[in-house]
Amino acid sequence: MTLKLRYFAWVRERVGKPEEDIEVPAGVATVGELMVWLASRGEEYAHAFANPKVIRAAIDRTHVKPQTPIKGAGEIAFFPPMTGG
Amino acid sequence: MTVSSTVRLQREPFDAAAEAAKLTRGSTDVGAVVTFTGICRGTEAGEPIAALTLEHYPGMAEAEIERHVAEAIGRWPLLGVTVIHRYGRIVPGEDIVMVATTSSHREAAFAAAEFLMDYLKTRAPFWKQVEKADGKIWVEAKQSDDAAAGRWREGGGRQAAE
Repeated sequence: MTLKLRYFAWVRERVGKPEEDIEVPAGVATVGELMVWLASRGEEYAHAFANPKVIRAAIDRTHVKPQTPIKGAGEIAFFPPMTGG
Repeated sequence: MTVSSTVRLQREPFDAAAEAAKLTRGSTDVGAVVTFTGICRGTEAGEPIAALTLEHYPGMAEAEIERHVAEAIGRWPLLGVTVIHRYGRIVPGEDIVMVATTSSHREAAFAAAEFLMDYLKTRAPFWKQVEKADGKIWVEAKQSDDAAAGRWREGGGRQAAE
């Protein structure tokens, strides 16, 4: 499955790019599993996803939880807790 | 009744007083207008800062704010809502965000403005980075902001005013 991934704030800085299209292996079924798999892709990803508990995610611009399935997703974004307002 | 609502994200400064005036001009139904403006402070955690830079997730930020504006309109008898949030570099003294709400009576306008700000801080995809003398650092989310947003949930103490 090909997904568009987007990264914001320090997640973006650590990964080293704002977005990418990525082929996700079968077996990676949830947002949480996707973070674990991403962390295995290299040093910069390991650094960005070292503590997945603090990272928030959105599928197609809607907040989701780690246990949310990624099936059918077009764009998944990862970012730190929000600090707007 | 149709509620007039405006949600805008922009790099440029805005005029909070003029925006609030737009919500009340020509109306004889409005009995209350509440305006909140968030301003960039010159210090963060006790240290002076040169500027804030706000990063956002275009598309999602608008959608998330629109969702909460719709929720506020469903929850309180509002006549108008305006939310404007800036992104990009903002220097101390400049406005960052504004929320204005109008209603026939003050309770709804106060509650909805507070609800929107509490949700903006914890659910709208914006991230603040501060420029200090020794570099740039990302502002950490505050637990007190989560607690403030949490009190509006089902069963929380703040319910819709009549």
